[in-house]
Amino acid sequence: MAASARAQVISLYRVMLTESKKFPSYNFRTYAVRRVRDAFRANRTVEDPKAVERLMVEGQQTLELIKRQVTIGKMYETQKNVVED
Amino acid sequence: MLSPGMTVSSRLLRPMSRLPLWLGSDGRAASSQHKELIKNHELEKGEPRPLYMDFQATTPMDPRVLDAMLPYQVNYYGNPHSKTHAYGWESESAMEVARKQVADLIGADPREIIFTSGATESNNMAIKGVARFYQTKKRHVITTQTEHKCVLDSCRVLESEGFSITYLPVQSNGLVDLELLEASIRPDTSLLSVMTVNNEIGVKQPIKEIGQICRSKGVFLHTDAAQAVGKIPVNVTDWKVDLMSISGHKLYGPKGVGALYVRRRPRVRMEPLQSGGGQERGLRSGTVPTPLAVGLGAACSIAQQEMEYDHHRVSMLANRLVHKLTSELPDVIMNGDAEQRYAGCVNLSFAYVEGESLLMALKDVALSSGSACTSASLEPSYVLRAIGADEDLAHSSIRFGIGRFTTEAEVDYTAEKCITQVTRLREMSPLWEMVQEGIDLKSIKWTQH
Repeated sequence: MAASARAQVISLYRVMLTESKKFPSYNFRTYAVRRVRDAFRANRTVEDPKAVERLMVEGQQTLELIKRQVTIGKMYETQKNVVED
Repeated sequence: MLSPGMTVSSRLLRPMSRLPLWLGSDGRAASSQHKELIKNHELEKGEPRPLYMDFQATTPMDPRVLDAMLPYQVNYYGNPHSKTHAYGWESESAMEVARKQVADLIGADPREIIFTSGATESNNMAIKGVARFYQTKKRHVITTQTEHKCVLDSCRVLESEGFSITYLPVQSNGLVDLELLEASIRPDTSLLSVMTVNNEIGVKQPIKEIGQICRSKGVFLHTDAAQAVGKIPVNVTDWKVDLMSISGHKLYGPKGVGALYVRRRPRVRMEPLQSGGGQERGLRSGTVPTPLAVGLGAACSIAQQEMEYDHHRVSMLANRLVHKLTSELPDVIMNGDAEQRYAGCVNLSFAYVEGESLLMALKDVALSSGSACTSASLEPSYVLRAIGADEDLAHSSIRFGIGRFTTEAEVDYTAEKCITQVTRLREMSPLWEMVQEGIDLKSIKWTQH
């Protein structure tokens, strides 16, 4: 992977994790963080520039989805559950 | 050994304060009182929410599903059956995308998918619809004793219409005996209905083998796959299934929507339950709720994409839970077959502990002793009785539902709480004390003459 593409991937990964951590719901928050991390790990060895580009587009779309759903989640926040600190 | 001056019966007569809560002062089960105790406990402000460990009752909607639905709840509100304007067309195309997503998940053709209000409606439609259509020649339907209430009740209705129904027993592992099943098929059998994954004990019936038997005998096979679709690989072609019920809210989709798969080749014909505008090939009249259908479609497509990931995680968490509980507590029995099962449904019996009192002691974990439909009654589950569980074990069962959003911390919390409470309840139990002293409970005569 070209260095510039790698930097873009890492930057997207960081933003997705930051946004995922904003889910007010404990279960959605932990799931989003876990799923984003595992998806990037699973695709770590992808080298084909076309495939990287496609994954980047998918990632961008998911990032927008996470942002929208975090906003909605914040509108209807509930109490924390018993395992949250 | 019994201590001197103390008979078995005197040990059983404990002060009232030590009796479980649901027993009235006369020792009679006061079910209304009990129901109130549970009902009245709505969360106070600031009180933490319980953990959700009841994924067989319903699942939370995946945020990706909600995201797909919202445009159709907001701007695209057209009637998907309107053929004269863009509002209708855009809803129709969204509905057809959803239909394809559902079909793809189960290996069907989109034209074989009928949207319904949920698996209960799908089951009613399939069983009553097929039986009634072929009733002039075939008047026999086969099902099993561990089916969901809506299947059993639909069969009862058919019985009152003069059909004869065979309710197959299941083996002690919850699986149906294929030889018995084959032997029960008669020349006038029109339909056989067996659920794919049981909602209470999680066992997976051998649908593929059953499908082969049914096809060779010319009997239609319906399967209630509400607990299976999206969680285990399902393929109607491989399995030779003719009708399949699907529920939206069991696979992280919206409530109030489901689907029925109806095979086209060889064609399955059925009498519709609802009369009206002839939507859904005339089998299910009524406007298809576009947002709900889109939600079901999105849920199916996500389930397909996440199946391996979810399976890996759910199995890991289920093993973690079972391992923790069984390594710390003696006399824990797992209900249902150990191998042929969906991992996310763990049904355990804690011997000498009353399931309902354990549920109440574990009030910060949302659990159930079985099906949500019957959770208000104190009767032991008919599914557990059908697998031959002793009455006392059937009373002491808890169903742990694990799903996509369950975390390690939740499993550990549940296991720890459960271990503490089971130990506490057993210490209070005269039965447990007697067992510890080596008295065989089965040898005791409980009635006095």
